[in-house]
Amino acid sequence: MIHIVAAGPVIPNYGTAHGCIANDNAMFCTTWIREHWHDTLEPALVQHVWLTAIAVGIGFAIAFAFALLAHRFGWLAPTFSAFSAFLYTIPSIALFQLLVPVTGITVTTIEIGLVGYTLLILFSNTLAGLRSVPPEVIEAARGMGLTQFQILRRVELPLAFPAISAGIRIGVVTTISLATVAAYITPYGLGKPIFDGLQINYRTEYVVAGLLAIALALVADGVLVIVQRRLTPWRRATA
Amino acid sequence: MLVGPSGGGKTTAMKMVNRLISITEGDIRIDGTSVRSLNLTDLRRGIGYVIQQVGLFPHLSVGDNIGTVPKLLGWPKKRIHARSEELLELVGLEAADAKRYPGQLSGGQRQRVGLARALAANPPLMLMDEPFGAIDPITRERLQDEFLRLHREIRKTVIFVTHDIDEAIKMGDHIAILHQGGVLAQYDTPDEILANPSSTFVEKFVGADRGLKRLSLRRLRDVELEPASDASADAPRCLPATTLRDALSLMLTEGAHEVVVAGDDGEVTGMLSLQRVSDLLREQVTA
Repeated sequence: MIHIVAAGPVIPNYGTAHGCIANDNAMFCTTWIREHWHDTLEPALVQHVWLTAIAVGIGFAIAFAFALLAHRFGWLAPTFSAFSAFLYTIPSIALFQLLVPVTGITVTTIEIGLVGYTLLILFSNTLAGLRSVPPEVIEAARGMGLTQFQILRRVELPLAFPAISAGIRIGVVTTISLATVAAYITPYGLGKPIFDGLQINYRTEYVVAGLLAIALALVADGVLVIVQRRLTPWRRATA
Repeated sequence: MLVGPSGGGKTTAMKMVNRLISITEGDIRIDGTSVRSLNLTDLRRGIGYVIQQVGLFPHLSVGDNIGTVPKLLGWPKKRIHARSEELLELVGLEAADAKRYPGQLSGGQRQRVGLARALAANPPLMLMDEPFGAIDPITRERLQDEFLRLHREIRKTVIFVTHDIDEAIKMGDHIAILHQGGVLAQYDTPDEILANPSSTFVEKFVGADRGLKRLSLRRLRDVELEPASDASADAPRCLPATTLRDALSLMLTEGAHEVVVAGDDGEVTGMLSLQRVSDLLREQVTA
């Protein structure tokens, strides 16, 4: 006997419709979540983590290098700032769309866009951190015979670290949310089940994928806070 | 001691010694070696440097702050650790303070750590730029006294910048008074400068009470006293370590014409009269 239920959403390629999948268009159908965790949600979540990690990683490498240069050569600061701010103002879907003719419908296209959006915050925070080091601390370091590089590595970077890591936190959280939009270009990451769910109007799929993106952002932020506290013991001692 | 009003180039002169400001003309020699001939980092690691704002590294513990130069010089960890504990005690802190962070210390404690950090690799020369300038007067006086005591123990050449003539007189063996624009107004011992200011600028700078300041340089045990038999019975008593200035102040407040000098054991060694104080000031400078 085969029951065919006429009402409810049509869910292509999701196997037999039964339980809450078949009964209604629930916001939170646990049966569906259980059955599609391994083939849909989990891979999307893992992809999303990678999308974010790579975007923030590359973005940080670029922003950090330019911040160091701008710290040394002041004229570079407003130039790179303006460039990264310009990138930041481009609407995300438009930017992804603009990149398609160049890099195709690929994950690379998404990453380029995401990296572009991280630059402003990572650059500004790194530079602000470097500039916040008290001048007398630098003077004492020079007077004691630390070389330029030693001052950077042993004094400026550790003292800039709280600002840098604050930038990374914001960068990670915004990238996690922005990366969901990227699935509009390429079905990848948590954006894929969100767009799929919206397309077939199946609530559970996009609600759960959205919740996963939020949870991922919260967890990532929490982990970064813990790492930051671990690495800056002097700040707690001061308070 | 480099002293003078702002704009006299005190700090500039000092910073040319460790070449934080480069020398365009002329030369500075340490023990006959030109500072221009030395490698910049070696030069600086061999000179203790203390500044008014201290500039401790906020992210490093007190112990690691003190160990900065020894670490650069490649000392083994154990030796650095032992050295920082030794120095903490030398500057009047506790060995346990090594684990604290600069943010947990008071202004006076920070400057003590700054001093310990500058002394860490036992440099023969110290540069101190208004080290006690930002500290409250009571703590400043205590730090000055402690530094003088310390200085007698460790015997270093210290170049000390201050705008405070009283500090210069108290701390210095030789004082260079700099005029605006980097002109050297006078270079001499404190006593000579107070006794014979070379110009009206110096005279004004040291103050109208320079006679009194001179008296504070000498203690009762340093001067030839008069026989105590001439003293009146109710003359106030002073210890030999009392400065002439304090002895004079005592005479004035007590309405006495002399003070009797007596040691801790009460043994009277002589007396100092008001007339004698005045005579001493008019005497030529005692080298």
